[in-house]
Amino acid sequence: MTAIFVMLAASLSIAIAFLGAFIWSVRKGHYDDDYTPSVRILMDDKMPATKKKTT
Amino acid sequence: MEPPQEVAEKHTCYHCGEDLKSEVIFLDEHEFCCEGCSVVYDLLKENDLCDYYAIDGSQGISPGNSFFDGKYDYLDLPEVTTKILEFTDGKLSCVNWHIPKMHCSSCIWLLEQLYRFNPAIRSSVVNFPEKKLRITFDSTKIKLSELAAVITRVGYEPYISLNDLEGKRIRQWNRIKLYKIGIAGFAFGNIMMLSFPEYFHLSSSSIDQDLRKTFSYMNVALSLPVLFYCAADFFKSAWNALKGKYMNIEAPIALALICIFLTSLYQIFTETGPGYLDSFAGAIFFMLVGRFFQDKTYAGIAFDRDYKSYFPIAVSVLNNGTETRTPITDLKKGDQLLVRNQELIPADAVLLSAEALIDYSFVSGEAEPLRRKKGDTIYAGGKQTGPSIELEVLREVSQSYLTQLWNNDTFGREKEDQNNTLAARINRYFSPTVLVIASLTFLFWYFINDNPETAFRAFTTCLLVACPCGLVFSSTFTNGNLVALFGKNRCYPKNSDAIERLSKIDTVVFDKTGTITKSSEVEIAFVGDDLSPEEMVIVKTIASQSSHPLSRVIVDFLSNVKASRRGLMGYQEVPGAGISCQWGGQEVRLGSAQWVGLQKTEAAAGSSQVFVSIDRQVPGYFLVKSKYRANLPLTISKLQSKGFDTYLLSGDKPTDQDFLAPVFGNKSNLLFEQKPEEKLQFIRHLQETEKKNVLMVGDGLNDAGALRQSNVGVAVSDDINNFSPSCDLILEGNRLALLPAYIKLAKAGQNIIKASFGISVVYNVFGLSLAIGGQLSPVIAAILMPVSLVTIVAFTTFTSSRAAARLLKN
Repeated sequence: MTAIFVMLAASLSIAIAFLGAFIWSVRKGHYDDDYTPSVRILMDDKMPATKKKTT
Repeated sequence: MEPPQEVAEKHTCYHCGEDLKSEVIFLDEHEFCCEGCSVVYDLLKENDLCDYYAIDGSQGISPGNSFFDGKYDYLDLPEVTTKILEFTDGKLSCVNWHIPKMHCSSCIWLLEQLYRFNPAIRSSVVNFPEKKLRITFDSTKIKLSELAAVITRVGYEPYISLNDLEGKRIRQWNRIKLYKIGIAGFAFGNIMMLSFPEYFHLSSSSIDQDLRKTFSYMNVALSLPVLFYCAADFFKSAWNALKGKYMNIEAPIALALICIFLTSLYQIFTETGPGYLDSFAGAIFFMLVGRFFQDKTYAGIAFDRDYKSYFPIAVSVLNNGTETRTPITDLKKGDQLLVRNQELIPADAVLLSAEALIDYSFVSGEAEPLRRKKGDTIYAGGKQTGPSIELEVLREVSQSYLTQLWNNDTFGREKEDQNNTLAARINRYFSPTVLVIASLTFLFWYFINDNPETAFRAFTTCLLVACPCGLVFSSTFTNGNLVALFGKNRCYPKNSDAIERLSKIDTVVFDKTGTITKSSEVEIAFVGDDLSPEEMVIVKTIASQSSHPLSRVIVDFLSNVKASRRGLMGYQEVPGAGISCQWGGQEVRLGSAQWVGLQKTEAAAGSSQVFVSIDRQVPGYFLVKSKYRANLPLTISKLQSKGFDTYLLSGDKPTDQDFLAPVFGNKSNLLFEQKPEEKLQFIRHLQETEKKNVLMVGDGLNDAGALRQSNVGVAVSDDINNFSPSCDLILEGNRLALLPAYIKLAKAGQNIIKASFGISVVYNVFGLSLAIGGQLSPVIAAILMPVSLVTIVAFTTFTSSRAAARLLKN
């Protein structure tokens, strides 16, 4: 039966680890802006289409 | 006279996409509408940032001319800097600025490339939903004022308000809510898992008993943070309401939570049962999630400007002839101010200059600027129009008359009383009723059936299952969704409460000028001999010197004529008369009949004449007539066919009665020559003696009082930024014809709320009857509650979107 207690401790610590990860990501601003990153990722550092036009 | 016809094709500005009207500036084979746009283009090109135009086309922002050297100097004052900086270590600093003009993906791209303009800018990160830009920069290499100037020069003027200076952060994203949800969810999941054995009935062997105890104590441990951290807001809110001697929705929730928690503790420590901590944590978790989405809906729709947003932050203070920018909060009695054209007067002051023209339209609604002489007192809130003036401060800003005027008491009037909304009314009775039912159930089980355990369970399940969240959320979500739908259709309600009032409207009152007539668009024609092309150039050049509305109209009318850039000699503008100047050897005058030396002639009301005189010859005059909105008759007839009473209030003479009478159907519904106070009185009369719910459509300028008095004040505006604090709704001018549809949609919204109330009631009756019978376990109650919530949210969102699609189709 001690197996159950060990597993209990294991499962709780895993859960706490995930909770910690969640709190960490909130604190890092992960959920502050759920729109801009989706636009940002589509932008290239240099857009080939305009390179011709501007140079 | 017809304007020249040689316009071949439409040209648009390469930077901002505006149609090119008067002067065109050519640069690199591109056309620009103004100096500002071409400068921004140049700046972008210089920094190799022309990709900007490839993202979304011509989306640029014309920087306008509100920027002048030294505008941001106040940012370098140490006391201001410390309040504005989010973080600094002496070298690297960080600011988080609100950029209201950010509007598309090009903006995001450009604003995140700021480091290319100045190497001292390390990085800039956009938060688009909040329109914030966080800039990290090297404060030893670039001053805050220079940083602001860099952004302003590209067209994105940061909006720095007094709120920032007072150290009050405007509505920051609340991470605490997320922490609470996370912790509640964590506790809920784990308590649920630890309670599983209990669901499947442990045997009474000693090992099982050990397990049961361990599980139970762990549950208690897990539920403590939920009670003290996650659920704290419920208790606080309920307690505050009870202190104010009324009962809000949180009160029964808080009571139920305490009951479950105490019952569970009792059962666990006396080993009489497993307790209901799983339901406890689950209920809190689901309610927090509900609130979170509710807040998110609200965040997108908030008018989060308060009166302080209208104050400038710094003003020019004169000290022995030198000008320094001083934060407004540091103004002292006796300071001498310099207020430029179109700047707001920040504090009550005495005029030192010879003359000032003060525009109080924002405060009093009076459109006509007031003339003030040297020595007069000028109250805060007015805008100077014309040359710069000097003032001496009488009272500091915080004591100012304006601060009081704009205080929430005045503008947050009683019609926004939250207690009168449908949801609040139902709630007032709902919470006590539930409490009574639960108590009766408790007494019944405890004393008559002598079954304390069932009594406790029935009591808590009653409180939990009958949670009025369904009722409250139904109006929140319906109205929230409606506000968003209205906004999509260019109609901006101040809050969801305004929609509820809109649904009760039965009378619509229109203001005439600026509302059913277009202020920006007029009918203009030249009466008399045709002007030669050269004469047109002369007229346009001179008219463009003046900022008088009629001059602007003439300039627009002659949009295809190129203005000359030659210097003008002897330019003179006499208010109320006209303008004159020397053109070569000729004297040119534009203005009233008397101004050009003719007999005074009476122009038809609603129209004005601008005479042209060149070298004492008068070829003719411009006739400027206000134009009615094209969709006006349609709007009125639609409203009348739906059974609304329609009235017209006008400050003008009754000249257009013949045109308007058939439109409004009845001459008695047309009231002319009304002063602003009379308009207000008329609305009050309709409300009080005829018990009407009045919607007032105005332009928010000379009818502010009437708008405030009406049940719903609608400001028709061709420029959405034109915000009047007295209106509840801002409607874009070309959407006026949709007004009946908006009212109908608001009504449909109320029906949807009632229908979801119905669903909620059915659910409550069903749930309560089970709970009273003691047949409901708290787990089921806690699951039923969010299920009903989700049902209601889905129902209201779906039906209100459908209604909007149907009603606003055309």
